[in-house]
Amino acid sequence: MALLFQLYIPIALFFFGLIVGSLIERAHYRSIKRRELGFVTLPALTMKTVPEPQHVLRSEMALGSVVISVDRFKQVAAGLKKVFGGEIHSYSSLLDRARREALLRLKENSADADMLINLRFETATISSGGNSNIGSVEVLAYGTALWYSRHSRHGHPVDLVA
Amino acid sequence: MIITNTESVPGMRMVEHYGLVQGSTIRAKNIGRDFMAGMKNLVGGELKGYTELLRESRDEAVHRMTLQAEELGANAVVNLRFSTSSVAAGAAEILCYGTAVRVEKLRREEPVPPPLPREDDPFSG
Repeated sequence: MALLFQLYIPIALFFFGLIVGSLIERAHYRSIKRRELGFVTLPALTMKTVPEPQHVLRSEMALGSVVISVDRFKQVAAGLKKVFGGEIHSYSSLLDRARREALLRLKENSADADMLINLRFETATISSGGNSNIGSVEVLAYGTALWYSRHSRHGHPVDLVA
Repeated sequence: MIITNTESVPGMRMVEHYGLVQGSTIRAKNIGRDFMAGMKNLVGGELKGYTELLRESRDEAVHRMTLQAEELGANAVVNLRFSTSSVAAGAAEILCYGTAVRVEKLRREEPVPPPLPREDDPFSG
């Protein structure tokens, strides 16, 4: 009975993490999908060379970053999964969310650009949660935002500065 | 100061090369943020305090690198790279490094064509 009381708090936290964590994740995915639709016209390329370099009016560094942590339930589930091996889905969804969120923030920071080139992702583990699991990760997305001297994204002509 | 992570600045010509410049900073988060992050770790989701902390320190690292580049007489930093590592529990090091160069505007050999509609594919040319 005493053991049950000792286990009471970790188990409560476990289920609290499961319920609230999956609600948060679902809300986050909804928000990611909605915002990604808004940025389909702003392509992000990983190549280094500029298409049509003679028309580039301005180029600027663009950054977006996010720190996301995994909930308690998924941390325990991943610990169990490690025993058997195979893909750990709770971490792949964590990193997927973090990457997409970082890219979205990069795009939001340079929303009026015409194109993003040389996109790079940088991932860092910020804190290790309990028993040497990933607690939270930081993903940084960075690239170069380009403005072309034709039209801005919103259809206004851009002044040509020689 | 123009900063890009490409090897050259689009629309500009590189005229001088000053070598590597770098900036770094190590930051620790404060107790309030650490506590909130601990709470948030139960349910998952974004740790806003940490996002903010890392963004601030990245700005600081870029600023230090910019100062170094200015000292050399550069007006642009190309090929910028970032690197993050956690040195101790609750402290992170942000390093950014790049190549300081002097660039000048390309002279336009040909007149720029009239504005094209946005639907035009940039790769078709």
